[in-house]
Amino acid sequence: MDLYREHILEHWQNPQNFREMKKADLVVDQVNPLCGDEVTFYFKFEKGKIKDVSFVGDGCAISVASASILSEFIKGKKVAVVGKMTGEDVFEILGGPVAPARLKCAFLPLEAIRKLRV
Amino acid sequence: MNIGKIKRDFPIFQKKINGKSLVYLDSAATSQKPKKVLDLVDDYYDQYNANVHRGIHTLSVEATEAYEAARARVAKFVGVSDPVEIIFTRNATEAINLVAYAWGRVNISSGDEIVTTIMEHHSNFVPWQQLALENGAVLKVVPIDENGELDIVAFEKALGPKTKLVTFTHVSNVLGTINDVKQLSKLVNLKSPKARIMIDGAMPPFLFGGEMISKVTLEKTTWNELPWKFEAGTPNVGGAIGLAAACDYLDELGMENVRKHDVELAQYAIGKLSKIPGVVIFGPKDATKRGGVVSFNVGPVHAHDVASILDSAGIAVRSGNHCAEPLVDFLGVSSLARASFYIYNDKTDIDIFVEGIRNVKEVFKI
Repeated sequence: MDLYREHILEHWQNPQNFREMKKADLVVDQVNPLCGDEVTFYFKFEKGKIKDVSFVGDGCAISVASASILSEFIKGKKVAVVGKMTGEDVFEILGGPVAPARLKCAFLPLEAIRKLRV
Repeated sequence: MNIGKIKRDFPIFQKKINGKSLVYLDSAATSQKPKKVLDLVDDYYDQYNANVHRGIHTLSVEATEAYEAARARVAKFVGVSDPVEIIFTRNATEAINLVAYAWGRVNISSGDEIVTTIMEHHSNFVPWQQLALENGAVLKVVPIDENGELDIVAFEKALGPKTKLVTFTHVSNVLGTINDVKQLSKLVNLKSPKARIMIDGAMPPFLFGGEMISKVTLEKTTWNELPWKFEAGTPNVGGAIGLAAACDYLDELGMENVRKHDVELAQYAIGKLSKIPGVVIFGPKDATKRGGVVSFNVGPVHAHDVASILDSAGIAVRSGNHCAEPLVDFLGVSSLARASFYIYNDKTDIDIFVEGIRNVKEVFKI
């Protein structure tokens, strides 16, 4: 099944940047009210860029993989750019679209990252 | 019961899901409707759609007659002698809120106690939690034992002279556990004779998602003009007519047969699932103690992922916290998958479902 492609399963099994962060500059909690899944993102900034990012949470393979892949993608990028990321961008990084019923799962980490928008 | 014949009564099973025959295991959320029921609802909209009561013209009279006949039919089905005790609401959630607002806010005040259980749907939890927060009443939540059944000792202990309301679900929508309404009511009458009892009856198989009613026994002298007093505005006449037709359909099958079938399928599913390594089943192992509901998890795989993979094989199950977060927290998990069974399901459906679970394990390599 395409939704559970190798790339996604690898990140589910071995999520990147999956840890709490002490002394983070910003902590964002995001809950999917439909299913109760939650993710917490930690950010450290330097000179307008994301110096470090990590996350913890309890969720399905899609949301965990999405958070893991996104965290890798945004590290080192400009905060202003990351804050403007769209669903299309997420599809691109995930390697393809996600079934409509699972959009909320795929976009949960994006919702957290969008809090970077000032 | 001839399940093959029953299945043919339900038009939805002609639909293909992702190219596969539909295996519908989500009747606990909403059941499918047989053609006979759908035809009678259609007939109402085609032939005599009108607002009920107050109307003088022919269509309104016909609609009113059918609506009130539906009320009488439902009363007979659930064993209520006077149809005015049947109040149609949009769903059980609305019915419970109606009681919380219309009765609760008048009769429950500071220091009074409300007793409920940890296995409630949010619909029968949040209204009472909010009422208690608003007016200083005390909400007592009775736990369950390790078998997923209500802790009777704790239930008895929670009852006292200050108890004004005891409210609990007939069947848990997560665990499938059937609460012994007679036994629990006896305890309430013994220990808190002045308390009212409310049963959330959304789950037993005689009530239908989408067109649910709630039987709420209120003191007749307190409320005049029952049941219409609580049915303000234009009612769902078509829904009531469909519900009455569903009562006919089920009576023809025989409710004992429906129940027997439920137990048989739950037993079969529990037997098959418990043989798959890594699958955890929640609720009573004894199928006679539960409704046709089996909640489970597949190893570390999230219930949403289980549901997605099953869906690709045409199998519909529910996943998540099932609007019962206090219970799901109590069980120590973040989500559960749930298969529920009804009259149109057979053992082949469960075999396909079990095959689907094996596929989940393959996809996730566990």
